[in-house]
Amino acid sequence: MAQLANATDLLDVRHVKQRYRNSNGDEGQLVLDDVSIKLVEGEIVGLLGRSGCGKSSLLRIVAGLSMPSEGDVTFQSAPVTGPVNGVAMVFQSFALFPWMSVLDNVELGLKVQGVSDSEARRRALSAIDLIGLDGFESAYPKELSGGMRQRVGFARALVVNPKILLMDEPFSALDVLTAETLRTDLLDLWTEGRMPIKSILMVTHNIEEAVLMCDRIIVLSSNPGRIASEIRVSLPHPRNRLDPEFRQLVNDIYARMTQGSIKTATHGAFPGSGIGMSLPHVSTNSLAGLMETLAGKPFEGKAALPILAEETGMEIDELFPIAETLQLMRFAEIADGQIGLTDAANRFVHAEVDVRKKIFSDHLIAYVPLAARIRQVLDERPTHRAPSNRFLGELEDHMSDDYAETTLEAVTNWGRYGELFAFDEAAQVFSLEDPT
Amino acid sequence: MKVIGFAGLARRSLPSYWDAAAFVLVIAVLVAIVSGSHGVAVPLPPPEQAPVDLDYWNLPYYALRTTLRMFAALIASLIFTFTYATICAKSRRAEMVLIPVLDVLQSVPILGFLSFTVTFFLNLFPGQVLGAECAAVFAIFTSQAWNMAFSFYQSMRTVPKDLDEVSRGFQLTGWQKFWQLEAPFAVPGLVWNTMMSMSGGWFFVVAAEAITVGDTTIKLPGIGSYLAVAIDGQRLDAVFAAVVAMLFVILAYDQILFRPVVAWAGKFRVELTAGDVDNESWVLTIFKRSRWIQALLWPLGWVLRRIAFLPLRFPRVSVLSARPAPGFSRIMDVLWYILIAVGVVWSGWMVVDFVSTTLGWADVGEAFKLTFFTMIRVVGLIFLASIVWVPVGVWIGLRPKVADIIQPIAQFLAAFPVNVVFPFVVVGVIYFNLNPDIWLSFLIVFGTQWYILFNVIAGASAFPHDLREAAENFHVKGWLWWKSVMLPGIFPYYFTGALTASGGSWNAAIVAEYVKWGQDKVSAHGIGSYISIATDAGDFPRIVLGVAMMSIFVTMLNRFVWRRLFTMAERRLRLD
Repeated sequence: MAQLANATDLLDVRHVKQRYRNSNGDEGQLVLDDVSIKLVEGEIVGLLGRSGCGKSSLLRIVAGLSMPSEGDVTFQSAPVTGPVNGVAMVFQSFALFPWMSVLDNVELGLKVQGVSDSEARRRALSAIDLIGLDGFESAYPKELSGGMRQRVGFARALVVNPKILLMDEPFSALDVLTAETLRTDLLDLWTEGRMPIKSILMVTHNIEEAVLMCDRIIVLSSNPGRIASEIRVSLPHPRNRLDPEFRQLVNDIYARMTQGSIKTATHGAFPGSGIGMSLPHVSTNSLAGLMETLAGKPFEGKAALPILAEETGMEIDELFPIAETLQLMRFAEIADGQIGLTDAANRFVHAEVDVRKKIFSDHLIAYVPLAARIRQVLDERPTHRAPSNRFLGELEDHMSDDYAETTLEAVTNWGRYGELFAFDEAAQVFSLEDPT
Repeated sequence: MKVIGFAGLARRSLPSYWDAAAFVLVIAVLVAIVSGSHGVAVPLPPPEQAPVDLDYWNLPYYALRTTLRMFAALIASLIFTFTYATICAKSRRAEMVLIPVLDVLQSVPILGFLSFTVTFFLNLFPGQVLGAECAAVFAIFTSQAWNMAFSFYQSMRTVPKDLDEVSRGFQLTGWQKFWQLEAPFAVPGLVWNTMMSMSGGWFFVVAAEAITVGDTTIKLPGIGSYLAVAIDGQRLDAVFAAVVAMLFVILAYDQILFRPVVAWAGKFRVELTAGDVDNESWVLTIFKRSRWIQALLWPLGWVLRRIAFLPLRFPRVSVLSARPAPGFSRIMDVLWYILIAVGVVWSGWMVVDFVSTTLGWADVGEAFKLTFFTMIRVVGLIFLASIVWVPVGVWIGLRPKVADIIQPIAQFLAAFPVNVVFPFVVVGVIYFNLNPDIWLSFLIVFGTQWYILFNVIAGASAFPHDLREAAENFHVKGWLWWKSVMLPGIFPYYFTGALTASGGSWNAAIVAEYVKWGQDKVSAHGIGSYISIATDAGDFPRIVLGVAMMSIFVTMLNRFVWRRLFTMAERRLRLD
């Protein structure tokens, strides 16, 4: 481990707020609300949160790729007003230039800095060597597997000798085994001090990954992103996933991340209220599937979220939206990292298709205000038809355009399943009639 | 196989005020060119030139000259593309005007303006062949540049966000980013559109090498002039020789220039899948494998790389850090709108003034009627060509082995400048005393029908195998099979082909509705012959009226019919 004792501030993020900017350039909803983070030498810090918590926005602000609406960022006591030398980033999508060879990709940053050809070649080769890519120097990215591509991403970031390495979900596009290998290799390089970097800031939605790698985990709440809690992980490297202490930490974080749901139990875990509630796109099959899984063995109606996640092979980004949608519709209750089915859910699971649809649509109309609203408008109109734009416009008063679209899509799907209303995709019109 | 069409065609939009403004501006510029040069010298001084000789042994030399013209136009188009499209992508205000202008330019039958541009360039270099050469090169340029610029602009606007972030993270300057990211990213689309434009290019070079404006006749040494002389002298054998020469030239151009470039462009595709079949080119393979060619090219590559990494900045304020005050920006916007409005009104007035000196409302009515005839011809023949080629294309496309053989031939035929074979048809029309209104119509789709064929082949080839099996499994046959399975499946492909064909057909109409054989002239009623006859007579106001009318029709047809269908096809019938 690096020198923790003589820690100095590398990066200071102070009271950062960020708002969406829509196509007209007007400012809209808050993405990040009053976020302050300090990064000192010798630590790996994880930003843990679900989609929509603004963790990637925060990383881009730190990188100088976008400017916060309010607040400021300083790197080594100098304000960050644009991309700075000394901060390098690794991308979820690898972001390699497909027309450049591995060597050219790695050399890019050096050439821009005006490093001489021979020096650039020497440094690039040693970075490639360090990251375990030797033999692939002249290959093009499309010839490489995902894991190898991400290694190029690491080499390209390390070769410019950054002080801080930013990682935006660097392992989430890889399969489980490849991701594990890459994590281990990176941690080895870090603990052995073979990389020039002083500190790592990584974004992830994978709780185990955060506990495995980070010295400090900052949990962000969603919509808008706020710092919900900070957890210090003092387990020594290499960490063992089966270690009881490790498991305890994971469970603990699950509980913390579902705590938000309890506080706002009146209208679920979703931001906004009434019509303006922003909903995730969750298919009715997933909803039914999760209820069935919970009702069956070994859960018998109740499960701890970490175990459920493991059992279903889902990450929290997939699992939480489904669980919380169930909670919103009163099909489940979530508390202390535990999820339990309600009576309605048990009836749903054991019912025939038509009865299922009836239960679903009753709950939809009772607990999802937007669904109730659409139905109400359709009932009131003599033609029993309404264009989707009518509702989209209403939603956009409450949330960003993207969220409005996702929300309406989600409710449209649920409504169609519950036969609450019909929807003509081509004409974008809701109606009460079934296709004849 | 992918959909084969031009970049600009896929844009979804309805006519707006911007289009109308752009339309007026485009026509006004052309009027300004011709009225400006009119005053300088009437009549034009004919440049000194060597007579074109019909000896077969001259053909290789003429072919070379024609090819060089194509090459010059290609370079000019590239320079135009890099500047015009980059300005559009980087400046919001320029984009507002320049993109509609580009859109209109795509619809304007530039062939009708040949006389204007010839006049302009001859006045630029009085008494020199250079003027006529420039005019010919410009004609080819107009058949390529708009598509290429569109493609490049669209690529620049759709650069992947993560690669953009990497470039910004490493602090690439505008110049460096252009060469490291934007230009490479645009290469596949650009190469594709350039190749697609070649057909128009050959067509235009044939039409532009020998041109008569009023009393001035210019014949540049080339295959087009050779053909014109052969037609004047009624030498069917020489026409045949020209056809053969053209075949060789296109084949060589394709093999030596385009195949290697297409194969090379494959490495710039962003989709990171190794499974794609790479295009192969024997020329590129030789280049890559031959060590001494590599050694020869190395210093050039080194210099170019150096230039590409020069830390030049484009003269622009950083968008990120210094956002201009919104109030100031609004004021600038208003000023900019006023400037455009004044320019448009003034241009419109100039065009009307120019046309109305000799023409009245009756002429407008006449032009409208003739354009309508031509439209019926174009639409009717596209329809006929579809009835013929859709079944044929599907039959071929479902048989991969046949498709492999036919597809290159169809693409080759599409590149062939069909005006070279017009004389054969004309001889037939004269000999059998056929009705030109009907029989000349076929010339309009002679060259463009191939777009329908090879797009349908591509569509049928790409039709998912499982859907075919499903149809077979449920015993879907006969008309139901066509209606519910195959036609919806190839719809997007077919439409791209038909749309491209329709665009080319309008241009072809200018040449096809008025054809000569020696002293015999055959013409059909339509706006094409109207423009051609006016060109022969040097009647500029009529040319402007004719071209303007045609452009309005083309634009309206594109916007109201084609693009709507295209959008529908994209939304409803996409299979991927």
